[in-house]
Amino acid sequence: MTAEIRTSDGELLSIKLKKVERRRRTTAFLLAAPLLFFIVFTYVIPIFQMLGRSIDNVQMNEFLSETHEVMQAWDGSEMPGEDVTSTFYYELKTAVENKYHGKIATRLNYEKGGFTSLIKKTSRKLKNFDENANFLDQFIDVHKKWGDIEYWQALKRGTDAYHFRKYLTTFDYEQKFDGSIERIPEKLRINVTLWLRTIFVAVGVTFCCFILAYPISHLLSVLPTRYSNLLMICVLLPFWTSLLVRTSSWMVLLQKQGVLNDTLVSLGFVADESRLELMYNMTGTFIAMTQILLPFMVLPLYSVMKTISPSLMRAATSMGATPFHAFRKIYFPLTYAGISAGSILVFVLAIGYYITPALVGGAKGILISNRIAYHMQQSLDWSLATAMATVLLIAVLVVYWLYNKIVGIDNMRLG
Amino acid sequence: MALPKYTEMRYRVWHYSYLVICTAVFVFLIAPLFVIIPLSFNAEQYIHFSDGMLALQPEAFSLRWYEDMIYGTKNPWGIAARNSVYYAFFSTIGATVLGTVAALGLSSRYMPYKQLIMSVLISPMIIPLIISGSAIFFSLAKLGLAATFPGIVIAHIILGTPFVVITVTATLSGFDDSITRAASSLGSTPTNTFFKITLPLITPGIISGALFAFVTSFDEIVVILFVAGGDRNLTTIPLQMWTGLREQLSPTIMAVATCLIVLSTLILIVTELLRRRSERIRGISAQ
Repeated sequence: MTAEIRTSDGELLSIKLKKVERRRRTTAFLLAAPLLFFIVFTYVIPIFQMLGRSIDNVQMNEFLSETHEVMQAWDGSEMPGEDVTSTFYYELKTAVENKYHGKIATRLNYEKGGFTSLIKKTSRKLKNFDENANFLDQFIDVHKKWGDIEYWQALKRGTDAYHFRKYLTTFDYEQKFDGSIERIPEKLRINVTLWLRTIFVAVGVTFCCFILAYPISHLLSVLPTRYSNLLMICVLLPFWTSLLVRTSSWMVLLQKQGVLNDTLVSLGFVADESRLELMYNMTGTFIAMTQILLPFMVLPLYSVMKTISPSLMRAATSMGATPFHAFRKIYFPLTYAGISAGSILVFVLAIGYYITPALVGGAKGILISNRIAYHMQQSLDWSLATAMATVLLIAVLVVYWLYNKIVGIDNMRLG
Repeated sequence: MALPKYTEMRYRVWHYSYLVICTAVFVFLIAPLFVIIPLSFNAEQYIHFSDGMLALQPEAFSLRWYEDMIYGTKNPWGIAARNSVYYAFFSTIGATVLGTVAALGLSSRYMPYKQLIMSVLISPMIIPLIISGSAIFFSLAKLGLAATFPGIVIAHIILGTPFVVITVTATLSGFDDSITRAASSLGSTPTNTFFKITLPLITPGIISGALFAFVTSFDEIVVILFVAGGDRNLTTIPLQMWTGLREQLSPTIMAVATCLIVLSTLILIVTELLRRRSERIRGISAQ
């Protein structure tokens, strides 16, 4: 009989209800839509496009499309034939005429060092070439590197439209021409060191933050509001203060002629000539990052501890548990939510840290973000920079996903 | 935290060492900030506590670095401060409006794909700034907005919205729907209900979200490094500090830092007042 129930305007109730719900869903979605589209178009899509650069070599492929095609038949075991060299000559000539040979040089230089000067010199001498003579000999006459088969192999590789080689470089591996994957020479290995250091710093800072934040969050949560509000200033003032202010205060404290060293010297703990090296190394990065990220651990921990009733601990001790036992069995498990929220927050922030390592860390204290910035802004090897960024992003998203699983984004609180 | 008289000795020791540890951590948190303030009044050019300063001699202190900050020509702190305030002001408005409206939708029970949309909206806060910075730079460059005023404001809106979304949804989650229903049953239109009932109640949340957005923009350094493109007229305070710190630690930077600490103290006071107000309102509405 329920189907017969009608609203005052004569519609079936079930249909009317569905209509109302649909309208509410649409309203809710329309409210979120402007921001959603804004973020998707100015942020999410550009991120994917940028990450696409890590495998994208289409432009090079277009610049040297015919060379690329002819080279498919060349197996790279011996010097390329005239079909390859002549095609390459004509395409390079077009490149010089249209002034994009510089880009070709830069791109090929990422494949093999020495290509910049090779292409530049060859481009200058291109007008002296005799188009009826042997091209390979003439190339070698211009620059003896053309006699080295590895450069021709690199040329073949460097004209593929898509490649995944930068992901190998990210972990200090390289692909040989025959397809085998090998580690690069030991003195060139830098990226793996940086990844390991980044993970070490992120985990270490998270752990230190946890160790330091736990007692003070507990104290804040049990003190009467009057005192805890006062002490909370110590947590919130750094939280609201500019990152650069806090970093510069650590520079003042940690440098060789800095406040900390001065104090130690004047107290006689350290001789004036053997001042501690606290900055421009891992120590500096580590100390500064711990202090800067500490509030992000204290705040979630505090908000969880605030909800734990003190009578639970009292009940446990009254039933014979030692304070330590009661803490381990009762109090500590109740704070898991706060620990996980704080740890994940600190870890995610630490793994992508850029400013503090760049200023305090020196060469020995930089992290992977600094390397990405270096490739973005100085070496301009965007493929490598974006390949590294992709790996970093995946790492962060995994942690973010975990956060969502454990804590839920809906429960994220600030301040 | 006074201990009962019957407490055993070892627990007494444990308790006091716990307090000592806590004090040490609080000092670790706050002391670095307070080291900067006296150094900014240094009469000398070096960043260290001179003997005169330690002996509290008046001639060891001066305001010369503040003069240098305001009138000095070497660093354009004036332009930087003006730009920082402008960017922060406009991006706060943008982020607050977009974020609040989105939060209203997100906290509705009928919102489809809530989790997914929420994750997308919060992503600028989670994704490392170095990735955000370069991605935003590429997207602005495509639109021809890189190294322009509107471009930087857009970049800061992107970074600020997650904070607004989070704080406003948090406020709305404690919102009692029966109040708005009561208003509608008394004949109020939805628009009227929103402006007369909902908005005043969630204002503390909106303001605290706006504060987050403001501070995010005001302190932002990584994205602006990419987006400003070295244009001196687009510089901000953090950008100037970054440039200065990379060259050398100058006392002028200490003076700027002191001003920023004063600013963050003000922000702290505002947030505290907001929190109390919000607690008071909650207290009334719960009765």
